[in-house]
Amino acid sequence: MNLLPTRPLTDTSNSGLKAFLHGLPGVDAVGLEARAATLATRSIKNESKAWAIDTAISMVDLTTLEGMDTPGKVKAMCAKALHPDPTDNSCPSVAAVCVYGDLVTTAREAVGDRLHVAAVATAFPSGRASMDVKLMDTKQAVADGADEIDMVIDRGAFLSGNYSKVYDEIAAIKEACGDAHLKVILETGELKTYDNVRRASWLAMEAGADFIKTSTGKVSPAATLPVTLLMLEAVRDFETKTGTKVGVKAAGGIKTSKDAIRYLVVVNETVGEAWLNPDLFRFGASSLLNDLLLQRQRMSTGHYSGPDYVTID
Amino acid sequence: MSRVDVRKTHKLFIGGAFPRSESGRTYEVTDAKGEFIANVAQASRKDARDAVLAARTAFAKWSTATAYNRGQVLYRIAEVMEGRREQLVHDVAQAEGLSSRKAAQQVDASIDRWVWYAGWADKYAQAIGNTNPVAGPFFNFSIPEATGVVAAVAPQDRSILGLTSVIAPIVMTGNAVIVMPSPSAPIPAITLAECLATSDVPGGVVNILTGAPAEVMPWLAEHADVNALDLTGIVDEAVAADLERQAAGTVKRVRQAKPHANWDATPTLSRIRSFTEIKTVWHPLGL
Amino acid sequence: MTFEYAPAPESRSVVDIDASYGLFINGEFVDPFDGQHFKTINPATEEVLSEVAEAGQADVDAAVAAARRAYDKTWSKMSGKDRAKYIFRMARLIQERSRELAVLETLDNGKPIRESRDVDLPLVAAHFFYHAGWADKLEFAGYGPNPKPLGVAAQVIPWNFPLLMLAWKIAPALACGNTVVLKPAETTPLTALAFADICQQADLPPGVVNIVTGAGDTGRMLVEHPDVNKVAFTGSTEVGKAIQRAVAGTNKKLTLELGGKAANIVFDDAPIDQAIEGIVNGIYFNQGHVCCAGSRLLLQESIADEAIDSLKRRLQTLRLGDPLDKNTDIGAINSSMQLAKIEELTQSGEDEGAERWSPECPIPDKGFWFPPTVFTNVTQAHRIAREEIFGPVLSVLTFRTPEEAVEKANNTPFGLSTGIWTEKGSRILWMANKVRSGIVWANTFNRFDPTSPFGGYKESGFGREGGVQGLGAYLHVEDPS
Repeated sequence: MNLLPTRPLTDTSNSGLKAFLHGLPGVDAVGLEARAATLATRSIKNESKAWAIDTAISMVDLTTLEGMDTPGKVKAMCAKALHPDPTDNSCPSVAAVCVYGDLVTTAREAVGDRLHVAAVATAFPSGRASMDVKLMDTKQAVADGADEIDMVIDRGAFLSGNYSKVYDEIAAIKEACGDAHLKVILETGELKTYDNVRRASWLAMEAGADFIKTSTGKVSPAATLPVTLLMLEAVRDFETKTGTKVGVKAAGGIKTSKDAIRYLVVVNETVGEAWLNPDLFRFGASSLLNDLLLQRQRMSTGHYSGPDYVTID
Repeated sequence: MSRVDVRKTHKLFIGGAFPRSESGRTYEVTDAKGEFIANVAQASRKDARDAVLAARTAFAKWSTATAYNRGQVLYRIAEVMEGRREQLVHDVAQAEGLSSRKAAQQVDASIDRWVWYAGWADKYAQAIGNTNPVAGPFFNFSIPEATGVVAAVAPQDRSILGLTSVIAPIVMTGNAVIVMPSPSAPIPAITLAECLATSDVPGGVVNILTGAPAEVMPWLAEHADVNALDLTGIVDEAVAADLERQAAGTVKRVRQAKPHANWDATPTLSRIRSFTEIKTVWHPLGL
Repeated sequence: MTFEYAPAPESRSVVDIDASYGLFINGEFVDPFDGQHFKTINPATEEVLSEVAEAGQADVDAAVAAARRAYDKTWSKMSGKDRAKYIFRMARLIQERSRELAVLETLDNGKPIRESRDVDLPLVAAHFFYHAGWADKLEFAGYGPNPKPLGVAAQVIPWNFPLLMLAWKIAPALACGNTVVLKPAETTPLTALAFADICQQADLPPGVVNIVTGAGDTGRMLVEHPDVNKVAFTGSTEVGKAIQRAVAGTNKKLTLELGGKAANIVFDDAPIDQAIEGIVNGIYFNQGHVCCAGSRLLLQESIADEAIDSLKRRLQTLRLGDPLDKNTDIGAINSSMQLAKIEELTQSGEDEGAERWSPECPIPDKGFWFPPTVFTNVTQAHRIAREEIFGPVLSVLTFRTPEEAVEKANNTPFGLSTGIWTEKGSRILWMANKVRSGIVWANTFNRFDPTSPFGGYKESGFGREGGVQGLGAYLHVEDPS
């Protein structure tokens, strides 16, 4: 027998998926959290800190997902995404902007080909809508110019054991994406247990996810270090099994550079350097960017900076 | 010309803050000779209601703090009280008409009692919990857990030592408490509240309602979100009996009135047992 | 571009080390009668940190006399309540000076600063805090209504957790009303001497705690002293046996905490990622200088290869180097003597046919170092499966069934700790019942707490430290039969 799956998943009926997912190794929560806490004690200074800050900036999906979003708001955010620090041209741009589907056109016009445009889709954030609506949501966004789709899984289906519904939805959305990359949001704050997170990660990867993402940011807790560590372990094991690298996006609740650097340490010591780039790791954030900029300014000027020296959008 | 002093306003202590009574009422507190000391807030049923809410909210985190952490917090209370010893001695002497020396004895005994209880936090589970050698292939253990929200009446005499002896075991075991101090000598309780507010005690773990127990306690005795009553300080037997009857409405745990206890003696485990529930767990042993 | 961690050194400036230390006797630092001193070095750099006194017979006599006087005149007459307050003061002072003490411990011992800061020092403070609270509650501890102290305790501790081992000895002794004379290990005396300073800051009555530095001879003089009522020793099984022989026929009460060769048992349904962490923590924490280290990994055969691959992958991210660097995972070996022992036993592993592996690990030029090492294809008959290596060396064996795991785990003269990794609760409890070790860790490893009794079966020693059970070693209970 093996600790982890080795053969391809062929039986995607509900009973087949159940047997597969329930056969994955369990997660000891206390042990997982202790490992994350130890990784969080790494002290990242000087040149490694400067590198980490720049890398983190380049991994940000600058996000606005509010009912009151307007074209004006999106355009301002896109300008910041392209040139985060108006006082310093050496500052890298972010990886992507992330918006609701109906603002994709505005975003794409604003960034051209210079950044990815990610759209949330499939009745984000709740995921409670018919399959037709979810498919339409996705196709429209792609047609409007989104090259990344952040979908949500059906947590109700997952928690009631209807794994094939979750699987089939992901596979269908993946197809509707065409060339666009698919990020699958697990909404770990609603899955509650780490065992569920491990299972949902595998389910999403087997169904074709390019990225697995922690949260919508609309539910607390959103991304945490232990849950991200767990997802990185799943991604590591998936690569061992299939040779395919799936990315991880930590979204929601990551506010400070210190937090972001801790995530990079966890990536580094779990899956290694191959994942330390925006193609395989992202931060879904809004206020994090400014703290990264403040820390960047501190490192280059030598003194602590302040909110007047970064733009609000 | 001697300096004109700044006189304190004495308020309630709820949720870590010092609000006036929502009723706006105050009552006069005099010293042992009948001289006016201050107007003190007179708690109403709505204040009691707010205190229960604050206690319930605080209970969630306090009861899950590690025993070590609770012990540290209680020891800190003692540290802060030690720093305010002069103020406490003055308040007790004034409230009870005692000499400074006698008041100091009581204050020192109170500080030492907080230290005594602080040292119990990470031990009482070892003293009153255990494994049980059941007849079968099972692992079986009994552990004490906090009861929840406790409403207490402090003794009328020994304004600081009696109060300490009532609330320290309650909070040490992870409960949150709403306590009514002696109506005639409430000011040491308010000074204690100031110590609590600066000692890392989370807001809501201890709530102090100055006022008339006969008016407010019935509301707490009937409150469905209060788990236990400590009637230690009730002097009138009929009032105590009434409160016990009201408590029966939600099967509250009741510690009966004992207004004239020997507060100088080293306590037993009794008060610790009163406010803990024993949970017993079974688990099979097998391949 | 790789994520290299820049050096992140903890500053040494937080601690002041004197050029020379005397003995701490009767509340003061005094010179040894015959003036002998020896050096203590930093094992990571071989730099001399200080010189400390070598206590001779006259010094040991003076220390025991001071402890006796303090016991008779002060400590045994003091109420438990007051004793408690002194010990609480010591706990608080340790908390206040934690950073300084952690740096000092790392300099003198070689362990990573992250460990001394995050593990050792918090536990040291907690031990004093816990035991302070017992001083005035002994009638509740299950030893009768009026348990009494023994008198003067002679305590000899090892070099692997210097200040923590001191806490494990001194805190319960004082709480129960005894006075102490303690000898720290000769390679790690400095934190004990800093502790003496803390005793002064706490205004502890003179003679209640006495610290005599020295080597094996000093220890022998101390435990053989006729006016000592209690002997407590933590160290090697070999020396433990010698001490047991030495106190035989006397009235001295004895507790021993000796070596171990713990089995860390991993079943096929273990929460595997956490089990790998537990294995790593079990043997590489503190460079393997841990009596309860999980030095024998017992893998269920059906998952052995996969687990070993995961383990090797995990070992690649361990960082060996400057103990004062906050990112260091593996520090220095405490002494050249210990390094020689580790090398000898590791060589025997190769000679006896086991397969040796270490991750690539740059080793600094100066100091004493040993890379984390794994031996696979080990059997019970190999020396590396039977003898305590006390270094970062793991021996991997396999088993087929739970009963076989228990048999192999118990098949040793030692019996200090066992690790069990499985998601099945009933199996955890069944195995915990059957393994002959004083500590069982299920789905975790190397967890310590002052409330939790620690101690071994068989040649791992007898007596417990910590918890209610640990108090018994320092109390005298009137016993009619």
